[in-house]
Amino acid sequence: MKTDQLIDSLVADHAARPRPALLSVWPLAALAMLIDLALFLPTLGPRPDLLSAIGTWRFDAKLLVTGLLAAVSILLLQRLRRPQPARAISRSLKWLLLPALLLALLVGAELLMVPADLWRARAMGTNVVVCLPAITAMGLPLIPLLSEALRRGAPSRPTLSGAVAGLAAGSIAALFYASHCTSDSPLFIASWYGLAIGGLALAGALWGRFVLRW
Amino acid sequence: MPRSPLRKDGLGELLARAMGGDEAAYRRFLTEISTVLKPFVMRWTRSGSPSDVEDLLQEVLIAVHQKRHTWRQGEPVMPWLYAIAKYKSIDAHRRRRHHGSVDIGDLAETLDDPTTVPNAVAYDVARAVGSLSGRQKDVVSAISVEGHSIEETAQRFGMTKGAVRVAFHRGLSSIAETFGRK
Repeated sequence: MKTDQLIDSLVADHAARPRPALLSVWPLAALAMLIDLALFLPTLGPRPDLLSAIGTWRFDAKLLVTGLLAAVSILLLQRLRRPQPARAISRSLKWLLLPALLLALLVGAELLMVPADLWRARAMGTNVVVCLPAITAMGLPLIPLLSEALRRGAPSRPTLSGAVAGLAAGSIAALFYASHCTSDSPLFIASWYGLAIGGLALAGALWGRFVLRW
Repeated sequence: MPRSPLRKDGLGELLARAMGGDEAAYRRFLTEISTVLKPFVMRWTRSGSPSDVEDLLQEVLIAVHQKRHTWRQGEPVMPWLYAIAKYKSIDAHRRRRHHGSVDIGDLAETLDDPTTVPNAVAYDVARAVGSLSGRQKDVVSAISVEGHSIEETAQRFGMTKGAVRVAFHRGLSSIAETFGRK
């Protein structure tokens, strides 16, 4: 087909069919939270001493880090929906340094405050066997959901965008799980939440690689 | 790359008008960007042969069309456009590397002359059009195979131009569905 003819058909298509619309990631994120809330409350539920835990800095810090990662990655998703020059994308990605730096700071503080022979115990926590599968299970279904905003857009980097969807899914799941878990040490958060969310980011990258290409 | 004032600011205005439903503006926009994108696309086609350049250019145009809703009004068109063009160029580049390509120069003697022998493409087109029926078949055949314009087709079948467009579009969609490529 000649390019002129192609243009004819594209113009005809433009007139004949309603234009597709972009989908904002925010309503999807709200839906994702509702889904995880519905999964979380009847199964794990918040820890019994939730109210007194809210007064301790380690507990608050863990909510803050996961919440910040969730907010930054949802914001990133919103940007990654549109085709963008590589430079704009790497500039946006720098926002991820914010939760990373906060976590590094908290880990540093914990290492200073806790004697070295307790580090290992703090990092292992009390319920790793619940932590990993719980975050993974609550995070996995959110990946296709959040990715819908990308799929209806045109991400220049589908694999990367999928990974960010995995980060968002993982951090939303971790935020709920954090209110159940009694291991509050930043050492535990960095290792196990990090591993679970990292796994979901990898799953998201695969999803992006195979589903989000256009 | 030639840069007339139109290409710098006018493209945004054209696209904005097109998104508001102005067909002439959309046609002009697509025509303008095919000129603008050609040198870019050329750098991405290894062989640089006119037909490869044309193929990739058309792929980019289709992508721009399918993703035109991702342009935000008021945003500069160029970075958005080049981001799409680059994505599609890399994609095509990878695909070609995976499938490889063979220089058929040495085989010229043994290969059939595609202009004299009914070839696979013509066969596929006939099969695709043959899967349609009624008005859609007439319209798609008149436009895609015989190369008539929408206006000529409308006159020939005594239809309005709008009806021709709709029939053409539905026909193409149905072919796309039947033959599986989006």
